[in-house]
Amino acid sequence: MEIPNVAEKWTSSVNEITIGATKEKGGTREKTITIGGSKCIPFMDFDGSHGHKPVIAMDVYDTPPDGWPETLIKPFADVLNDPAQWAKKCVEYGADLICLKLEGIHPDKGNKSAAETADITKAILAAVGVPLIIWGCEHDEKDNEVLPKVSQAVKGENCLMGVVTQDNYKTLTVTCLADGHSIITLSPVDINIAKQVNILVSEMDFPLNRIVMFQTTGALGYGMEYTYSIQERERIAALTGDKLMAMPVICDVGHEAWRAKEAKSEDSDAPQWGPREERGPMWETITAMSLLQSGVDIIRMNHPKAVAAVKKCIDRLY
Amino acid sequence: MISIGERINGMFKDVRESIKNKDPKAIQELAKKQTDAGATYLDVNVGPAATDPADAMKWLIEVIQDAVKTPIAIDSQKWDIVEAGLSVIKNDVLINSTKSDPEELDKYMNIAKDHNAALICLTMDKHGIPQDVEKRMEFVMQIVEKAVEHNFPMEKILIDPVLFPINVDQKQPALMFDIFSQIQMISDPAPQRNVGLSNFSQGTKEKRLLARTFLTMGIAYGLNAAVMDVLDKDLMDAAITAEIIMNKNVYSDSYLTAFRK
Repeated sequence: MEIPNVAEKWTSSVNEITIGATKEKGGTREKTITIGGSKCIPFMDFDGSHGHKPVIAMDVYDTPPDGWPETLIKPFADVLNDPAQWAKKCVEYGADLICLKLEGIHPDKGNKSAAETADITKAILAAVGVPLIIWGCEHDEKDNEVLPKVSQAVKGENCLMGVVTQDNYKTLTVTCLADGHSIITLSPVDINIAKQVNILVSEMDFPLNRIVMFQTTGALGYGMEYTYSIQERERIAALTGDKLMAMPVICDVGHEAWRAKEAKSEDSDAPQWGPREERGPMWETITAMSLLQSGVDIIRMNHPKAVAAVKKCIDRLY
Repeated sequence: MISIGERINGMFKDVRESIKNKDPKAIQELAKKQTDAGATYLDVNVGPAATDPADAMKWLIEVIQDAVKTPIAIDSQKWDIVEAGLSVIKNDVLINSTKSDPEELDKYMNIAKDHNAALICLTMDKHGIPQDVEKRMEFVMQIVEKAVEHNFPMEKILIDPVLFPINVDQKQPALMFDIFSQIQMISDPAPQRNVGLSNFSQGTKEKRLLARTFLTMGIAYGLNAAVMDVLDKDLMDAAITAEIIMNKNVYSDSYLTAFRK
């Protein structure tokens, strides 16, 4: 008996986006990163090409991070005050991109100026050759004041900048359009709002193929399944021809996983959970690996051990 | 929703004049307007008056292709006109239409496959149009069997159960809903479900309302393609909304805009 071919026939694919620009393209990056292009549900490559491998962006903060547990501080202990050196270390740990998180511009967390932030950003670009993601502090007024200046300072580098929301998208959209960067659209675990933000941004003549979507990430044990199911629906919508859902997806795994008490609590608080040196990276790894199956193109991560483990899995599976 | 814009048809005076004078302007404007309105295909029918219909079909397709990239639906019951049209097609194409006599299906599926075209199949044959669900479903079975035999992609078959005008036989329209439902069960993937919408309400006083209501009701039963007036914004909005209600597309507050992107 002939075994029927049950492969799905998808009609569309996830958009491809290249981040970073080499010298020939007007930037200074040693290499660029291309994401997207998937024509199937993750790991079901008998349905179609899986496109570009998911990549890992490691977080670098513009100010020493607040509340990081010992396990997470250790690998970066000597560089937490120096974003450029921190970025360099991330590249040594295997980061495909750097995600500069501008925590320190928040009015309550340092209130750094636009000029200072632009300098930090340029110092990172001088220190490493990988492409850059620039992520604001999610305080609308301050982001709208600082991000345009930073964007201008790195014009031509083809960065990925974020985030824009349904209520605050105009300033950064205009800025990215002018300076040639791509943009991240945020929605609060809500597929309908995700589509709406994409429409709003594209109504300003921003090209759909320069948008990356971000659903607020939930870590393992903290709502990951909501993020998962929405990202899965986004991917299926992309594959069935919804142009406004065909964007690659980014997840913030590191920050979310390390907020979990399972990742950060002291060994003495929970001896039955095993040593936190392993527990933390494992929590981050499992969050990343689980979300990868829903359809993710860029994963923001923190711990080098987790990065190494996830990279190894990606390489084996793709 | 596969919307097939019906406006480039020699039955309309402006199109007939354009063909006669070989003046592309009005044709290209209609092509652009229907494309902006969200047409998936542009139906092209030379009408009964053209002196050299095969040549007129070629000319129409060429001037449309100069203006827009929207795929074309070659609308003719004459084989030589269909062949002439296919010879100048540059993008995706739909053949509108074939009857369901076995030899017709063979002929049309072969040429459609050669041109990677989609195909509208009417549930009728040389003996005429059946009046009931059962006989129409027999034709549907025949079409599906032929598609399997020719290894023709099922999703490129649009089955048209031949909708009668409401003022000709009022029993007919309601039968369609049953047929749309049944077609979806017949194979996986199933063929698409198509109707000629304007034909249904022609000669009535509430032409637009009848078309719009039938379309939304039909979508609830699985209708997903129609030869229609895409320039009727109320009609398009109703279709888009019906598909949102049926969870065919992801909702967003600007879903009407989203569909037209």
